[in-house]
Amino acid sequence: AIECKMAIFSVYIINKAGSLIYHYDSPNTSRPAIEKTFSFPLELVLKVFDEKVVVAFGERDGIKVGHAVLGINGITAEGRSLQDKRDILEVLANEDNYPINIKFGRPHLTINERIMLASMLHSLFAIGSQLSPEPQSSGIHALETDTFKLHCHQTMTGVKFVIITDPKQSHIDALLRKLYEVYSDFALKNPFYSLDMPIRAELFDTNLQAVMEQADKLGISNI
Amino acid sequence: MTIFNFYLFDRHGTCLYYSEWNRKKQLTMSKDEEFKLMYGMIFSIKSFASRLSPIDMKEGFQNFTTSKYKLHFFETPSGLKFVMNTDLSVGSMKDVLHQIFSSLYVEYIIKNPLCELDEPITSELFKNKLDEYIRALPQFSSKVVA
Repeated sequence: AIECKMAIFSVYIINKAGSLIYHYDSPNTSRPAIEKTFSFPLELVLKVFDEKVVVAFGERDGIKVGHAVLGINGITAEGRSLQDKRDILEVLANEDNYPINIKFGRPHLTINERIMLASMLHSLFAIGSQLSPEPQSSGIHALETDTFKLHCHQTMTGVKFVIITDPKQSHIDALLRKLYEVYSDFALKNPFYSLDMPIRAELFDTNLQAVMEQADKLGISNI
Repeated sequence: MTIFNFYLFDRHGTCLYYSEWNRKKQLTMSKDEEFKLMYGMIFSIKSFASRLSPIDMKEGFQNFTTSKYKLHFFETPSGLKFVMNTDLSVGSMKDVLHQIFSSLYVEYIIKNPLCELDEPITSELFKNKLDEYIRALPQFSSKVVA
């Protein structure tokens, strides 16, 4: 069989209380951005959502609903204003600023959002097992969407290892077990690591990255 | 292979219809509570998935599996949510859920002037047709596989 190229987007480790203790994003998954020059008036409807300026209506030229304004005329956006402290919506409302170049893309996850998503998964995991029509069900093992698949492995001690991959990617179980091994060897055996706290250990970082790179080169089933 | 149960929610979160076959575990909570919990879970998973996705989604959340069951999800653009729980050996149920929408819900509820939309379904016709349809599916088998 031909070994297909690994398509892993990210890895999350969640402790037994539901807080995020580690995350890793694969370097070869970039969120695409689109730049386009607009004339007045703007044909997109924008709104502020979660301290970001996002598209509410009017998809065109690859710009989708939910995309955030990442920059204007080459100046990067920081939340709902630009780096030079000007409010994005005010800049866009002023006709004198046109024609204007706006960069759109899927908003990047901030660390706070990641922490929130991790605790959300923790409770969804619990509800999933509670709503089971069959007795003695575990929590969510795998969650599938049209763009990614989430694999979750809970250890006996309650730590969850979560891997986000391409929907077509298989053989994730081996990689999940390998991650657990790396966690036990380089986080748990580190005398300076206190349990349930975020993992900040250089050895852990390098070993996890080595596993991911190896999986990338050789395919997941060869780990 | 077997089908456990089926939920139909409208876009406001009201459970329009519930039906079950071969369900072994009954929850301690009331059915009403269960519907709310199920809707809340589906709603959160949708939001969770759309934020986590590295690329733009088209259909979004489709199914999840635990060690004992698989939950299939289908949503129409009008916000109707079809949820079905089956055992793990069942593949994609997207076509089945779409079929329930287009040839049962539209035919026997939307086209029935006596059926109030946005209210739980009481139509005996819909109930019988759905039951008949589900029982005829190849994924439905009441024999319990050991």
